[in-house]
Amino acid sequence: MKNSTLRAWDVVHTWSSLVCTAFLLMLCLTGLPLIFHDEIDVLSEGTPDVGMPGVASSGEASGLLPLDRMLQVALASRPGEVPTFMAFDNTQPLMTVTTAPRPDSPGADMTVMVLDRSTGKLVSALDESGIMHFLLQLHTDMFLGLGGMLFLGAMGLLFAVAVVSGLVLYAPFMRKLAFGSLRTSRSRRVKWLDYHNLLGIVALAWTLVVGLTGVVNTLADPINASWKATELARMISTYSGQAALAPADYGSLDEAMANARKALPGRNPQFIGFPGGNYSSGHHYGIFFQGDTPLTEHLLTVALIDARTGALTASAPMPWYAKALALSQPLHFGDYGGLPLKIIWAILDIFTLVILGSGLYLWLARRRSRRSGEDVRSALPLTREALTREALTREAAR
Amino acid sequence: MKRARQPLRQVFAAPACIAVASLAGLLCALTGDGLRDALSWAALGLPVATLPWAWARRRS
Repeated sequence: MKNSTLRAWDVVHTWSSLVCTAFLLMLCLTGLPLIFHDEIDVLSEGTPDVGMPGVASSGEASGLLPLDRMLQVALASRPGEVPTFMAFDNTQPLMTVTTAPRPDSPGADMTVMVLDRSTGKLVSALDESGIMHFLLQLHTDMFLGLGGMLFLGAMGLLFAVAVVSGLVLYAPFMRKLAFGSLRTSRSRRVKWLDYHNLLGIVALAWTLVVGLTGVVNTLADPINASWKATELARMISTYSGQAALAPADYGSLDEAMANARKALPGRNPQFIGFPGGNYSSGHHYGIFFQGDTPLTEHLLTVALIDARTGALTASAPMPWYAKALALSQPLHFGDYGGLPLKIIWAILDIFTLVILGSGLYLWLARRRSRRSGEDVRSALPLTREALTREALTREAAR
Repeated sequence: MKRARQPLRQVFAAPACIAVASLAGLLCALTGDGLRDALSWAALGLPVATLPWAWARRRS
């Protein structure tokens, strides 16, 4: 590679990294405990006693109580509120009901309640003041809403640029070194350069996948809004112009679910979006079904049920951009392969912290030595290209 | 550990294998449970295991 090309990649790597490093450090630090979200919840709150352990609330096992009854129980503890979501579990009889003052209230005004579908009891209201919730908000949008989310998405894109430019720069550094070289007995700079290169190159695929799926996750709101404005609007076009259904006129959920199951047999629901919210129209229950294999479990198909009559209006698989979002969630969270996968996720997250920290250190050290006019060759015995690169960067800096 | 200038193919041989294994591991656990999860742990364990391997190699 020509020196000028190499120097350009070096500039790209330096600046894309410098801009995103502070935010990526925050994301890696907050993300580390979030990987073990479920385990930490169980440790701090204990496993809830359920009536029928191991029975999925998303299923149709006998003994599971009607959805209308569960909704009643939840609404009784939030007088004056309306339901916005109901979500199910594939491994236990627990489910959630979300309520809010109005059908279109923002997420911040919503209350999420956990109920046991086998006993009909309210288990708990989700605690949104704990440390884990704080970390999740910081990680998602830094408490800045959509703007914060999109900003972190942009930082994720810069991180991907840094990873790819780092891959290009790996070659000249490693031309004369065996893979896995760690020259720890030389200067501190050489030691951290080798750690930076080794961890950066072995974690490359993981950092790119987790980084880019994180970027897709930051687009969740625009993706849902776009689905609602196009696909959903088409599916319910016969209802256009009608006023939204009043919560008092909502019909039976169990009837709606039975009709939806008839249209999409062999599948189980993941959640129901109530009329007027982000996942439905003003007249429909949006019942979102999971696929029936592990891979398609995350790929949802919606059945839109007229909330007054309980009849099916339309059903369709979610479009490709919603599927991309759905697959980006497990690939970002690392929660789809048991505890060992979470531990691997945590180790690679720590690798990323070391990559970020060593990268920052190397930049500072290079600046310091350049300023003091120290001979680069003595500090950094590298390849010829790297030496030329240093010299050229010094030249340019003058 | 110093060696003569290597061709690019040699520089990227091990990193490419690790990247392919990582991607396979990431996708494998998504397609099923049980054996597929275990395969995914093994494949994604490869980049993790590189670090202790490099430490051991440095001492020997």
